[in-house]
Amino acid sequence: MIRSGSFFRWQHRNAPYLFVTPFVLVFCVFGLYPLVKSLWLAFYITSGPKSRVFVGLGNFAFLLSDPDFHKAVWNTAVFAFFSVFLQLPLSLALALLLNRRRLWGRNFFRLVFFSPHLVGMVFVAVLFAVILQPQFGLLNKVLNWLFDTPLDTKWLGNRGLVMPALVLTALWMYVGFNMIYFLAALQAVNQDLYDAAKVDGANAWQQFRHVTLPSIKPVAVFVVVLSTIGSFQLFELPYLLLGNSGGPENAGLTIVMYLYQNGFETGDLGYASAIGWTLAIGVLVVSLVQMKFTGAWKRGD
Amino acid sequence: MGRDALRILLYVALTLCSVVMLTPVVWLVAACLKEPDALFSYLFFPPARHLSLRNFRDLFTDIQFTRFLMNSCFVSGVTVMVQLFFASLGGFALAKYEFRGKRPIMILMLATMMIPGQVMLGPLYELIYHVGFMDSYLGLIVPGCVSVFGMFLFRQSMLQIPDDLLEAGRIDGCSEFRLYWNVALPVSRPMTGAFCLISFMGTWNSFLWPQIVLHTQERATLPIALTQMVGLYSQKYGVLMAGTLLSILPVVILFFILQKEFISGLTAGAVKG
Repeated sequence: MIRSGSFFRWQHRNAPYLFVTPFVLVFCVFGLYPLVKSLWLAFYITSGPKSRVFVGLGNFAFLLSDPDFHKAVWNTAVFAFFSVFLQLPLSLALALLLNRRRLWGRNFFRLVFFSPHLVGMVFVAVLFAVILQPQFGLLNKVLNWLFDTPLDTKWLGNRGLVMPALVLTALWMYVGFNMIYFLAALQAVNQDLYDAAKVDGANAWQQFRHVTLPSIKPVAVFVVVLSTIGSFQLFELPYLLLGNSGGPENAGLTIVMYLYQNGFETGDLGYASAIGWTLAIGVLVVSLVQMKFTGAWKRGD
Repeated sequence: MGRDALRILLYVALTLCSVVMLTPVVWLVAACLKEPDALFSYLFFPPARHLSLRNFRDLFTDIQFTRFLMNSCFVSGVTVMVQLFFASLGGFALAKYEFRGKRPIMILMLATMMIPGQVMLGPLYELIYHVGFMDSYLGLIVPGCVSVFGMFLFRQSMLQIPDDLLEAGRIDGCSEFRLYWNVALPVSRPMTGAFCLISFMGTWNSFLWPQIVLHTQERATLPIALTQMVGLYSQKYGVLMAGTLLSILPVVILFFILQKEFISGLTAGAVKG
């Protein structure tokens, strides 16, 4: 029984348009429009919603000579560096430990390592604001107990310790999250390859180097790019731990924090947009370089 | 012998890592349950006589915690529902129909996915200001209700629905919307679960945008309310920690309900490449 009313034919013909319309409409108004507008605003100096002065590339030129911005870029880059070169190897190591055959309690350990991620960045920041507290905080107490010397290290008040504190907090939160990706990739590796490698007399390291690593490479590239992009957008953690000032001598000032300061405290949305687009271009370039460098290009994904 | 030693070493390493990962959370739970005076006298759990639920009581009486909790539940609940509906409906269209404008739409969205969202903070603020959504939940929900990532997630999972199945439905007189509602959506149930959790965590923990939009204390969501407490309640760490614990709880509960879908959904895109 084929229905052939005119409504039935009409809705069949127009269904895809009707289905994408709500999404596309909201996306265009509240996503695309602000995006395009911000590109336009980046060429203006604004103060409040009413006054704006065209400055051409002036904002970008000013960024090049703005020491606070340089500091923010440097801090963000350092944080991203440790995310990729400290946190991800540890994530991979945890995944390798959990990937052993006949491991009792794998799901339990996986859940435990992953659990900090459930806390959420804002609440992690609130929790660690207390944990990093000099006199009563958990970290100093534990260090006291381990090394048997009273400590009152001001983790967030000392220029040299701000970045380590941020890196360690992020490590706690994300190491298990990234492990999930590595573990899934490891479990998808074809076991026959290991058997073949053993027949060829490969030792554990050679197996890892020539079987495991090439097999998990697509996922590894994905995780590297994802965590770089995430690090570039770091905001909540330093903002809440250090306050809006960015800590002693701006030691914890990040690019997005600087964007927020300029846009919503100084009120120059033009300069903020210029910072935003510089960040966007930076993110794009770095992820393209990473993908090219690791050869993810050729596979076409 | 060597194998056994290695095995023991493996479990020692895993246990040590677990202790490190769990310590802050255990400390958080302990901090909530201590009497205010005993907070710093004991590192973790104090003797039973110093245990109390006072921090939780203060949280609900001194601060309008119930109100903030409801605010967060409302904003996150509505945002997740609308996101889910829009993303799955759009994903269905992109997966199972050929229509004019499909490629441009997809390319446009992929391109914007590469751009960090903070870029448009300024103009979005101006827009919200002009349409009068400032200091209202509409200012949070409306811009937050489209998820490009979610739409691609649903497109990916709905690509696997056989065309024959949809054709059979049409012959039986199903409208296109019913094909979406009764065939496509149930088939991608695991993806729905994963997306719900990812999207809920995103809105529940969202801080920067609510910080810009909301001004009235009464309307604050949990992240806003709690971070304001950090300054005001610097003497009452116990209350602050109790608030933190209760704020995490909804995410944890949802995670345990959707755990299986979540892990598979999270890694689905990545592992298949």
